[in-house]
Amino acid sequence: MSEIIAKEKEVVVPGEILATGMDYLPSNGTYRHGDNIVSSMLGVLRVDGKVLKTMPLSGAYLPMKGDTIIAQVTEILISGWRVDTNSAYSAVLSLKDGSSSYIPHGADLSQYFGIGDYMITKIVNVTSQNLIDITMKGPGLRKLKGGRAIYVNTNKVPRVIGKGGSMVSMIKNCTGCQITVGQNGVIWVQGEPKNEIIAVDTIKKIEAESHIPGLTEKIKQHLEKVTGKKVNQNVV
Amino acid sequence: MSYKKRLDGRDFEEPRPMEAKVGIIPRADGSAMFKIGDTIAYAAVYGPRNLHPRFLQDPTKGILRVNYNMMPFSGSGDRVRPGGSRRSKEIALVTEKALLPVLDLSDFPNAVVDVFIEFPQTDAGSRCAGISAAAMALADAGLAMKDLVSAVAVGKVDDRIVADLCYAEEAYEDGDVADIPMAYLPTLDRFTLLQMDGVVAKDDISKGLELGRKVCRQIAEVQKAALKNKYGAGVEKNDS
Repeated sequence: MSEIIAKEKEVVVPGEILATGMDYLPSNGTYRHGDNIVSSMLGVLRVDGKVLKTMPLSGAYLPMKGDTIIAQVTEILISGWRVDTNSAYSAVLSLKDGSSSYIPHGADLSQYFGIGDYMITKIVNVTSQNLIDITMKGPGLRKLKGGRAIYVNTNKVPRVIGKGGSMVSMIKNCTGCQITVGQNGVIWVQGEPKNEIIAVDTIKKIEAESHIPGLTEKIKQHLEKVTGKKVNQNVV
Repeated sequence: MSYKKRLDGRDFEEPRPMEAKVGIIPRADGSAMFKIGDTIAYAAVYGPRNLHPRFLQDPTKGILRVNYNMMPFSGSGDRVRPGGSRRSKEIALVTEKALLPVLDLSDFPNAVVDVFIEFPQTDAGSRCAGISAAAMALADAGLAMKDLVSAVAVGKVDDRIVADLCYAEEAYEDGDVADIPMAYLPTLDRFTLLQMDGVVAKDDISKGLELGRKVCRQIAEVQKAALKNKYGAGVEKNDS
């Protein structure tokens, strides 16, 4: 006889028995121990038919192929740049992928990206040893000038973006800031300094309260309060 | 002479009052406090992060690095000299060995997970409190863990088997004392730390282990409640 012991959408801890019996299947963040399915993470239980998953609530960013991230240059190499990805592993931007224009042999690479510069970039490959290749060739990928970068919990990135980008566009509309959210938890905000602060505060609020029901409504009220403007959610 | 009543008035199988909190150090990736009686442990977890010096890097998996530190005026007697000692190095090692069996660091080659355990106040059982705190901090850091780790010391004071010795009991002078710190995985039913200091009969060790199991399960409940309590208000019901 199989049954689910833990409740769906509730917080489960490592070692907590989620279900008994062979009718359920373990997926990410869970494993089978004898007849039981046990959580291997602190997270929220999701039940998808017979498949049990634990969605993590915290944890460092693990680079994935295809992710668009915001990275910072830490080192200029002989033929490329080393960048910090806000994870345990740095990435290399090769000369070939650094610019769409031709970079002559022996050129000063700091002309293109200097140490400390931020960029929106895309991960093209991650090896088994977590060596990372990135590229600047693609729509929207560019060096960032001005503005400010803030760091949030990677697991909260989907919350900051919202369904179909609704949350981030609400903040954009309200503050008039340009906002780019990297999958690695780095968010770049640019606009009027006063508005930048409002945007940053709002993002921090989302990060802190993302697990509380009715988040969108709460953030809407917060934005209306601080900006004094009516927020129209349907305008994207 | 026999040990009729515990020095602090507890039942023989009763641990000291416990308290646990998770997420107390905002800058750390994971953190927790575990208090049992007068022993207080704070654990902070950083990482997985880049590991230096490079010769420590393991290309097959991430490593765990534990630091155990008693603050200068944390003991009941003399000032503890700051910095590492033979004792702190040993305890850091056994703590690491007690935590590693539940962790899966194969996703993080060449990286390190750092665990710092600090004691503002101690009254015996510090390595056990440290392990219990570190287990919560590691879970809070979002690392894949097969189980929690709960730790306690059991022992024999004179002729009685007791749970969770306080310092006065460890220093009991009217009879033999044995002190057995252990770490236990409550769901997998495995021990990951077992040390002993003192003299004890074979039968009493089995009885002690049984008692340790029971107390560790109580500790696990406290740890579980603390981890869930961090997200007290519940989780939003819809996906995004």
